[in-house]
Amino acid sequence: MEMQEKVIKIVSDATKVEAGNIKGETNFVDDLNLDSLDMVEMMMKMEEEFGVEIPEDKTEELKTINDVTNFLKSNAN
Amino acid sequence: MNRVAVTGISAMCGAGNNLEEVWSNLIAGKSGISTLEDVDEKMWPIRIAGQVKDFEISEDLLAAKEQSRYDLFIHFGLHCTDEALKQSGLLEEKFDPLKVGAILGTGLGGFPFIQSSTQTYWNRGPRRVSPFFIPSFIPNMATGKISMKYDFKGVNYTVSSACASAAHAIGAGATEIMLGRHDAMVVGGSEAVITGLPFAGFNNMKALSKRNDDPTKASRPFDKDRDGFVMGEGAGILILENLEKAKARGAKILAEVVGFGATADAYHITAPHPEGEGTIPCMQQALDMAGVKKEEIDYINAHGTSTPVGDVAETKAIKSVFGDHAKNIDVSSTKSMTGHLLGAAGGLESVVCVKSLVDGVLAPTINLDNQDENCDLNYVPNEAKKRDIQYALNNSFGFGGTNSTTLFKKYEA
Repeated sequence: MEMQEKVIKIVSDATKVEAGNIKGETNFVDDLNLDSLDMVEMMMKMEEEFGVEIPEDKTEELKTINDVTNFLKSNAN
Repeated sequence: MNRVAVTGISAMCGAGNNLEEVWSNLIAGKSGISTLEDVDEKMWPIRIAGQVKDFEISEDLLAAKEQSRYDLFIHFGLHCTDEALKQSGLLEEKFDPLKVGAILGTGLGGFPFIQSSTQTYWNRGPRRVSPFFIPSFIPNMATGKISMKYDFKGVNYTVSSACASAAHAIGAGATEIMLGRHDAMVVGGSEAVITGLPFAGFNNMKALSKRNDDPTKASRPFDKDRDGFVMGEGAGILILENLEKAKARGAKILAEVVGFGATADAYHITAPHPEGEGTIPCMQQALDMAGVKKEEIDYINAHGTSTPVGDVAETKAIKSVFGDHAKNIDVSSTKSMTGHLLGAAGGLESVVCVKSLVDGVLAPTINLDNQDENCDLNYVPNEAKKRDIQYALNNSFGFGGTNSTTLFKKYEA
């Protein structure tokens, strides 16, 4: 599975929004209505799935699926 | 002071997931206690409980993505509140949101999530503890979610007084209406702690029945062979309203809350005072508040948990309050069928009192095969009894030596 697909699947499982309706440019707050607690939970799931630590100050910059995928790609081993 | 009407009721427990299921099973004398499936015998010395079965909360009450974030007592509280509100018809009326509140009781809150998050913390470290952990278990989150679901902006809090929690919540909610501070209140309680840690704790206190092989016979209040309580779970919710305002909007009034008492034993952390020094004035307060003579009381839904000490102490206290009239009162413990719902017990059993007043039927105490000679009242043994009653009283007593009594009256238009 492509990393983007995996990210979308995690987001879909957590939000119960169908994976088909989540795109690279989908914004967590504007499109998926996630609040700050949702975001913390989501980032924890990403960390767990990809074995990458996402620093707290970094999470604020990760606003879309593409942002997360790119961060993971450049930080994954 | 304003009169207090009950306009909606709902209950769920091992004996059913809604009011009609629970009530029909209780008056049929059917036990809701069963063997816990899929538990490791080594970690679960006691494997019986009045467990809720085949329950899934509707997405209308808790969105799919939220369901796994809230512990079960919150699901139960929302589910029963919704049923009771629908019965009351309150939501179809225009109401002032600031005049509708919610006060519920829970003894332990979200213990299952506390247990599982503790494991996460130790096994995987603090960074893996969910940001939803705190809202998932805090005792007042059932009342909080109710306010958000229905836009009830009035008083909103949760009472925790062990096994008297829901009963205290009913008294507190009734007070809000009596004083005119609120027009309608969601009251009662919910509890769901069928998880290993509390079982281990209660078991090591020697509080639980050890009848693993005979679940439906394990809870046997007032019987010679009783050996402790059986854990239950569920909720019991009542909608209370200012009686005059309920009448004005054409609501169907089920019963009235006319009195309540609340005292402390000031005696021991877990054992009841053997002579009823706290429970006697508690029942008396409820009668005095209502201005009712003791001879008018027809039915008591007892605390009656099936512990050797508690059932005798309550029996003595009832005899002391009611004297010769005690023999004319029907006293039953529906915990014989539901197990002990801990902080929700007073909610469920108050719902039972209201149904008894409305239907003129008293639910039995089952498993009363050999009555203890120290428990010498009429306990409605094993079969429901038809009796038109005017007043029903509920007792709920908790660890810490806390006592609460609630008195309900049949409504006559």
